[in-house]
Amino acid sequence: MGTADVEAVWRIESARIVAALTRFTGDFGLAEDAAQEAVAEALVSWPLACPANPAGWLMATARRRAIDAIRRRTALQDRYALLAADSAVDEEIDVDRVDDDVLALMFVSCHPVLSPEARVALTLRVVGGLSSEEIARAFLVPVPTVQARITRGKKTIAAAGVPFELPAAAERRERLGGVLSVLYVIFTEGATATSGDRLLRPDLAYEAIRLARTLAALQPDEPEVHGLLALCELTAARFPARTGPDGSPVLLDEQDRRRWDFSAIRRGLAALAKASTRGLGPYGLQAAIAATHASAPSVEATDWDRIVLLYEALGRVAPSPVVELNRAVAVAMASGPAQALAIVDELIASDRLPGSHLIPTVRGELLARLGRRPEARAELELAARLCANQRERSVLLRKAAALS
Amino acid sequence: MPQYMLIMRGTDESNAAMMADIDEMMATTRQFIEEMVKAGVLLAAEGLDDPRQGVVVDFSGEAPVVTDGPYGETKELFGGFFLLDVASKQEAVEWAKRVPAARGSKIEVRRVPGSDEVPQVDG
Repeated sequence: MGTADVEAVWRIESARIVAALTRFTGDFGLAEDAAQEAVAEALVSWPLACPANPAGWLMATARRRAIDAIRRRTALQDRYALLAADSAVDEEIDVDRVDDDVLALMFVSCHPVLSPEARVALTLRVVGGLSSEEIARAFLVPVPTVQARITRGKKTIAAAGVPFELPAAAERRERLGGVLSVLYVIFTEGATATSGDRLLRPDLAYEAIRLARTLAALQPDEPEVHGLLALCELTAARFPARTGPDGSPVLLDEQDRRRWDFSAIRRGLAALAKASTRGLGPYGLQAAIAATHASAPSVEATDWDRIVLLYEALGRVAPSPVVELNRAVAVAMASGPAQALAIVDELIASDRLPGSHLIPTVRGELLARLGRRPEARAELELAARLCANQRERSVLLRKAAALS
Repeated sequence: MPQYMLIMRGTDESNAAMMADIDEMMATTRQFIEEMVKAGVLLAAEGLDDPRQGVVVDFSGEAPVVTDGPYGETKELFGGFFLLDVASKQEAVEWAKRVPAARGSKIEVRRVPGSDEVPQVDG
């Protein structure tokens, strides 16, 4: 067995092992440390002699490391006794309990006491089974930064006395929203990298989809979980058409729709149907917008009136300047650029999206369609200066140059 | 991300073993499927009916020829599949090892190219 084989087993087992150990030790940080020690041992010993049951080996080793750590903390003798008495953890795992434990692990990793960066890092590491190196590569930050976020995160959880349990009914919905927004942040970073020289990071988007599928399986009665999953599947379905051979972005109106992943669209539509049982929430509405694009043969044949209505609904349940800007783009398609420009100018007047390249990007496009070329060029050049993604920036500059 | 198909290849021996305790096999398979769903990796899974009830459409000649019964003299017959969305080939193999397969059967692990790829076949 090589490193990749060990990592593969870890990917499958990490959440269950950390969850089970957290339940038995009552200490999330200790459980995570013990699990990491077990993986480190596996990386050394499995290439020499592979255990007959790798998953069981990891659980048993992690459990031993947890006991060792507790032994070192002499004040916690009682916990050690409790742990030692419960030797069943290696062999028989109660499936229903494991599901709740994995869910509790997601809630802890996305706990509101944590910084947004720590939530993302802990979720990917503990629930997703990624290494610090993989997380660092995905977010283009140094490995020590990721390690520091995880260490600080674990300390914060311990200091705040966050219990390892499912949130009480009263705060369940809100906490679930917190988990969904962490998965959404991971997905959007993969779908439109905020920095760097690549537009897409499909591996990161994939992690979010995988976690969303897990959450949908564990919380099947929550429509917004299916809404988020639908949104991710439908957005990722367009990935194959979103970049040209040289890695440059291809915008929706220029995409070769035959390259869309129709299996992903089908999965997205199925998830959207599950999200639609009692009126759509913010993720469900965004998924419905993505579904409208996914079912259209071309930009011209898209039901833009429906998209405008969906953006209006989204603006009511989750008002944001970005939603407003997207509504403007849809209005431009449905009713023409002049009406859309009015919406964008209102956004600028209220200064709700300062410093973003998105407003001048859209304004430049609208002005170009209205034939106001010098103004359009100035807006697109401004957008390029504000844009942090190199691929997007070069497209903006190309468009600006075409207007002179 | 990489998709892999785990192709179940049963033999007469393994099919007989499976049918000997089909209820048990169905229950463990359901449990296994649930585990893959919860891990977020399962995209599709199907099992096929009795190969002797199948039909073969043969394109050797000018016009397709239809014959009843199983496909050729093959020892290992395609009996079903799991379609997985996993992080690596090693993970697909790790899931394959966990399939509650009957003794004597085999599982072929094959990559499914993305919609933006052309499948590669040698020879």
